[in-house]
Amino acid sequence: MRTSSSLTSMKALPGFASLFKPRSARVFSPAASWLLVMPLLAVFAIGFLYPLAKLVDLSFSEGITATYGRLLDDPLYADVLLTTAAVALSVTMAAILLGYPVAYAMARARKRTAFIVAACVFVPLWTSVLIRSYAWIVLLQRNGIVNTLLIATGLTDQPIKMLYTQGAVTLAMTHVLLPFVILPIFSVLRTLPDDYIRAARNLGAGPARAFFLVTLPLSLPGVFAGATICFVLALGFYITPALVGGPGSMLMPTLIGQQTTVLVDWPFAAALSTVLLIMTLLVVILFRKTLSVQKGFGSVH
Amino acid sequence: MFIDRYSPPSHLIAPDEVSKAMSNSQLARSIAKLAAALSIGSILFFLVLPTLLIIPMSLSQTDYIRFPPDGLTLRWYVAYFSDPDWMAATWFSLKIALATTVSATIIGTMAALALVRGDLPCRNALQALSLGPMIVPHIVLGVALYLVFSPLQLTGSFTGFLIAHTVLAVPYVLITVIAALQRLDPMLELAALNCGASRLQSFFRIMLPNIAPGIASGSAFAFLASFDEATVAFFISDIGGKSIGRKMFEDIDFNLTPVIAAASAFMVAISIGLMCLAHTLTQARTQR
Repeated sequence: MRTSSSLTSMKALPGFASLFKPRSARVFSPAASWLLVMPLLAVFAIGFLYPLAKLVDLSFSEGITATYGRLLDDPLYADVLLTTAAVALSVTMAAILLGYPVAYAMARARKRTAFIVAACVFVPLWTSVLIRSYAWIVLLQRNGIVNTLLIATGLTDQPIKMLYTQGAVTLAMTHVLLPFVILPIFSVLRTLPDDYIRAARNLGAGPARAFFLVTLPLSLPGVFAGATICFVLALGFYITPALVGGPGSMLMPTLIGQQTTVLVDWPFAAALSTVLLIMTLLVVILFRKTLSVQKGFGSVH
Repeated sequence: MFIDRYSPPSHLIAPDEVSKAMSNSQLARSIAKLAAALSIGSILFFLVLPTLLIIPMSLSQTDYIRFPPDGLTLRWYVAYFSDPDWMAATWFSLKIALATTVSATIIGTMAALALVRGDLPCRNALQALSLGPMIVPHIVLGVALYLVFSPLQLTGSFTGFLIAHTVLAVPYVLITVIAALQRLDPMLELAALNCGASRLQSFFRIMLPNIAPGIASGSAFAFLASFDEATVAFFISDIGGKSIGRKMFEDIDFNLTPVIAAASAFMVAISIGLMCLAHTLTQARTQR
């Protein structure tokens, strides 16, 4: 028993030497562990923590009233904040409604079908968000494909304005975030034993009853995880609303983008960014039990 | 197969009634199945449509899409590959993505080892911090990085992009490698140590080959996290150094031509090719 003997000899060692001796053969020594995380801590200090601290600091640089006071005074900003939350919520709802059946098919279908379904889920995930937003512009613009089809089939005789509206933003964002909802639901459904459903059916439940009383409740952890990821990502989404949305559909990220690129008001942009950051962190902290990012991405391969 | 105790025994019902009831419920079931297949099919179509649309867009003769297309041409690809601006942005992005892959894979794998097997006092806090870049909105990080990089003249520079994209890519490596390490039985390593292997030997001969598929797929994700990234790149690019994402964003906003579709097709081909490669590598490893 090498492990236990090294453990007992450890206790006799003085503090400094214990840094270099592992507590057991299963773990690295404290010194080695710190050496291994050091590069990560260094890069994160330079490229993550320090910039965020500087951002928060800048938002206070002209006094609280100049930035946060203005945010509270003008109802426009509260409005944008509410719209952002509302759009994120509707995107999340739509993504769950559309994503659940796909996740179910991916988990339950026979090998070949499941492969096709999985390919359809992964191909958009590997397509840059920019490219997908561009495709939605081509689809939805005034002389775009959707309008051409609508006119050709006689449903309308005038092209409908779809691009640069809130609806277009919601549609394109739902499309972009759908895989992030499908994967966590899929990873839970996949581990669900078939026996449970078979047992329910044997006891006399119809297919619908077995689904609503057995499969659905057991898959809820995946649904909640996917919903939280989707909501958090939707809150901070910039590219799609910036390209597909218009001036009438201002969201927090596009407002920040406007403040930095058009109005060049960095302290106010920093204040808006801080608000968005706090909002996101609050959601994550509130729902951290449901959020198992690892579960969702563990299933990627 | 289950027995319905509440319906009368079958010999009390007329045979044709049974067959009618049977065919009715069978018909209802097959209609439901068809409806389910159709609705799932249309959601899948919705998912892949924008990506698939890139191909006809990049080949169309007119500058807008038409169905049926008037004719096919490769001139947008020629335009993409001969435009110095697009090529500069593409090379810049590829260089950054490759460097990011290397740095994020090394840093992420080391940190994953420490988080799973290490002796650290605040492991949960460290893990939460290391996944932070996935949660913090990219626009917030983009603005923050600009504020730091701009006075140091790191905007538009290789170093600036490398730092920013490494931060963004590390979580992907960390997640896949942590998952691989958790699947690995620690007893294997203990056995190697017991048989007289040193720590380093057991790491290179036992642990590394076993977690290699996880590292491979993590590095593929790291490459894409950098190459497909556009929000942070939007803020830390400048006239001298532009990533392909920033160039594409500008063109979509101001200069909407099918050259964008040709560039997109090129990017999607790289992404999907890379993912298929990572997938086959992982498959080959796990089957062995």
